[in-house]
Amino acid sequence: MSSKSKHKPRIGVFKFASCDGCQLSLLDAEDELLGVAGAVDIAYFPEATRAMSKGPYDIGLVEGSITTYQDAQRIQEVRRQCKSLITIGACATAGGIQALRNWKDVDEFIRVVYATPQFISTLKLSTPIAQHVPVDFELRGCPINKYQLIEFITATLAGRKPNVPSYSVCIECKRRANVCIAVARGVPCLGPVTQAGCGALCPSYDRGCYGCYGPMETPNTASLTNQFRILGQTDSQVARAFRGFNAWAWQFRKASEECERT
Amino acid sequence: MLLLPCISGRALAAISQLAAWAGDLVVADGLLASRDVLQGDGVPEQAHRVLEASKMGELLEALKRKGYEVIGPTVRDGAIVYDKVESAKDLPAGWTDEQGPGRYRLKRRDDGTLFGYAVGPQSWKKYLHTADVRLWSAERQGVTFRILNNEAQPRHPLAFVGVRACELAAIAVQDRVLLDDKYRDPIYEGRRAGAFTIAVQCTQSAATCFCASMGTGPWVQSADLVLTELVGSKGGHRFVAWARSNRGAEVFAELPTAPATEQDSKEADAAVAAAAGEQVRSIDTAGIKELLYQNFEHPRWGNVAGRCLTCANCTMVCPTCFCTTVEDVSDVTGDHAERWRRWDSCFTQSFSYIHGGSVRTSTQSRYRQWMTHKLASWIDQFGSSGCVGCGRCITWCPVGIDITEEVAAIREGGKNGNP
Repeated sequence: MSSKSKHKPRIGVFKFASCDGCQLSLLDAEDELLGVAGAVDIAYFPEATRAMSKGPYDIGLVEGSITTYQDAQRIQEVRRQCKSLITIGACATAGGIQALRNWKDVDEFIRVVYATPQFISTLKLSTPIAQHVPVDFELRGCPINKYQLIEFITATLAGRKPNVPSYSVCIECKRRANVCIAVARGVPCLGPVTQAGCGALCPSYDRGCYGCYGPMETPNTASLTNQFRILGQTDSQVARAFRGFNAWAWQFRKASEECERT
Repeated sequence: MLLLPCISGRALAAISQLAAWAGDLVVADGLLASRDVLQGDGVPEQAHRVLEASKMGELLEALKRKGYEVIGPTVRDGAIVYDKVESAKDLPAGWTDEQGPGRYRLKRRDDGTLFGYAVGPQSWKKYLHTADVRLWSAERQGVTFRILNNEAQPRHPLAFVGVRACELAAIAVQDRVLLDDKYRDPIYEGRRAGAFTIAVQCTQSAATCFCASMGTGPWVQSADLVLTELVGSKGGHRFVAWARSNRGAEVFAELPTAPATEQDSKEADAAVAAAAGEQVRSIDTAGIKELLYQNFEHPRWGNVAGRCLTCANCTMVCPTCFCTTVEDVSDVTGDHAERWRRWDSCFTQSFSYIHGGSVRTSTQSRYRQWMTHKLASWIDQFGSSGCVGCGRCITWCPVGIDITEEVAAIREGGKNGNP
């Protein structure tokens, strides 16, 4: 709280395999960023500034999944340099949309896509950061909600626990007084098994939840799968619903694989 | 400077909940008496009169003239929801609902009724016990801080149009919880005290309704005005209406009504009786407290846990579920802080989080907690059942878990040798 006397926390922002959208959430927080910039020292943020200060950092924000040998090494170094390591977004927390390759033959992709495949060196799997190094906190989403990021930074500065719930999207949806599209219109919606954080964005605009924030704290994917079938979804449609941005999160992975098995 | 307490509101809530279970809360008697005072003036039932359906707009105008903001049913996003009603045109004329476990569909009906449906996804707690309330905010001033007033009260008193019997019962349950104890909720109290209730008795039930078995409806016991909508008989589209409070009578006096004939009153009563008669669901409440207390261990809890999503929808739509959590937020400068109260649910892990972790980690323990509290320990704690039979938890459960079916299964298991 007494930020004036203490040294400003140094923040580093690191990118792995990702689209940069989550880092942009930090830049997107224009009004709040002035406050953030005043309260913290953004020491390393190649996306935003050419000035790059060396570590160690108090907080490391890590975006992206691990898909190459080099990145698997680099994340170890990032971890060593960061007092707290926070993963931001579906890539960093679950492997991202690129984890869809985990069910396919990567070598075949490389042969088909690249003219000179011998120059491409990649891992067979796209994996979340937590599979490689200990992670202190995870901010979910594709992309993350900038207000959750600001809340995390603010809470850290104040020395309090961030208000980042792990319950379902349904709670946010009901607090907004939305009519449940699954019940009222039979739309397959992943909201009941997905972690809150987006403010129930898609259901508020008449779309079923895509599961961007990954599995909620206690997801019952088997029961929801059964309900999707009742709503007329085929097994391959259910499997595809779980194979989104968080396809490799183990609960969603299990759900989609069980649909493929039947 | 310490703005934020070390014990989270959630933990405090958990502690008070534990205290409640331990029986520390005194169960006040005279629930009905206090409800009547809040509901109206407790005046004896007035003579029945007839209001033509085409004059509904005049009722809304009369309420507005008296300074009320009128809230009532309206069609939005494929359901009948409660929202601000400007004129009779906003009411769901010619709409009805078709409900089942995990299923709700809005349907057209050809008779132009204004209240020809059962209940929608929302209850009046949307307005009385709102989802998000800023309790207070504070700003830093040098080495100390200043607390700013909260703005939780509506600018105008609210008039609720189309309140069902089960919903009045639910409001009475929340009154008991939030007003009739040592600790009164001033936010609820402020919204509740000014609220004017215009009840409309149900003349049809949804397949999920079971108020008759809970003894909460469909007949309305108490409201400022009580209406019964009649259509399709030789008397035409009209409301048989009576005032149940002095302020109700005052509003009523401004309306173009005619005395009701004995036939009108009979027809109204028959229509409500028909709604009771068509209910296909029920809970056998005989000895239900003992039944659930004796069945903490029952294979059905595991069975329902296989289906339950722990998504919390049942608690969000329940008109009596009152649990909230408290969230402290501050801005990045640390110069401003706010304390918010938000709807919470016993289906979340954080709800039962106390030092060391969640008390109820399994789904079956959470479903059991919810249902046992609602139907059994609520009686010990607050002197009545926490369930009013509105059926929302059945309809709005995304996988259609049916509380009446779960109770029946527990009862059945008890008969057949409960393990």
